[in-house]
Amino acid sequence: MVLGVAPFGLIVGVSAVSIDMSVGAAVLMSALVVAGASQIAAISLLGAAAAPWTILLTVAVINLRHVMYSASLVAWLKRYGLFERLLMAFVMVDQTYAMSVLRFGEEDDDFPRRDYLLGVGFTMWTTWVSTTALGAVVGARVPESWQLDFTIPLVFLALLVPQVRTRPTLAAAVTGGGLVLALAGLPYNLGLIVASVAGIAAGTVAGTVVGTAAGKIADTRAEGSRRGSK
Amino acid sequence: MLIIAMALVTLAERASFLLLKDRLRMPPLLERALAYVPAAVLSALVAPVVFSGDGASLGPVDARVMAAALAALVAWLTRSVIGTLAVGMGALWALSWLLG
Repeated sequence: MVLGVAPFGLIVGVSAVSIDMSVGAAVLMSALVVAGASQIAAISLLGAAAAPWTILLTVAVINLRHVMYSASLVAWLKRYGLFERLLMAFVMVDQTYAMSVLRFGEEDDDFPRRDYLLGVGFTMWTTWVSTTALGAVVGARVPESWQLDFTIPLVFLALLVPQVRTRPTLAAAVTGGGLVLALAGLPYNLGLIVASVAGIAAGTVAGTVVGTAAGKIADTRAEGSRRGSK
Repeated sequence: MLIIAMALVTLAERASFLLLKDRLRMPPLLERALAYVPAAVLSALVAPVVFSGDGASLGPVDARVMAAALAALVAWLTRSVIGTLAVGMGALWALSWLLG
């Protein structure tokens, strides 16, 4: 899992300094935001001198999936206090979520979920921050021919493919992916926002029509409630 | 600072349900829509890089597209992030070398 995060972090560091961000700023961004895709998008927008509100909106949309992660996990983590939940939220990256949801589903109620989550989460965080630093320092010396930027879609592909289990989720993916290509000409990554929203809408509509995927979150939460709460 | 704002926005999204627990009831439509966020957003993030046309290509055969297709197959079969990365990058380098 860490292997997925490492090249990604390197790229973030390299991209940041390529738009003349300081190593410190790059590392700070990774340490506080901890969300690679949104960081990459923010960096490219900063490089294009986009307005701060555009950058924030883009970050918010790209990271919307974390709201879903949060909804999906809450039933498992009801027993923990506010600060603990905030801490767990802070380290919640895609891989941490994926691993945790899988593990929680396999283990019974005694399983130390917070410790597991924080353990995985902070390992990811440390890797993320240090590889960003490394990337920022090494900077332009990473050869372009390595095409390291391709590791980003690969990591997301690894997360996307298991998501597409039903026709509505397929509709969401196809709409999102297709529309973003069609709208590639739009400035400020607006194509990404429009495509994402359209994809979500497409999935929701298809889900209402087909009626199968509607309960995906509900199922996870219900299962979590049955096994997760005090 | 923008970085702080970005961090707060992201943390708010991550913490949303964890902090509210079940106290704030979401309209059912929004809750259903939430299930489709990962598929839509991840796809929107993947597509531009895969279909960028940056990589080596020979006619209709594009190294990036082929490598991504192969990686997707591996992801579907193994659900392994490392496997997907390894096969994807390996295929990309091999194809780039072959077609470049």
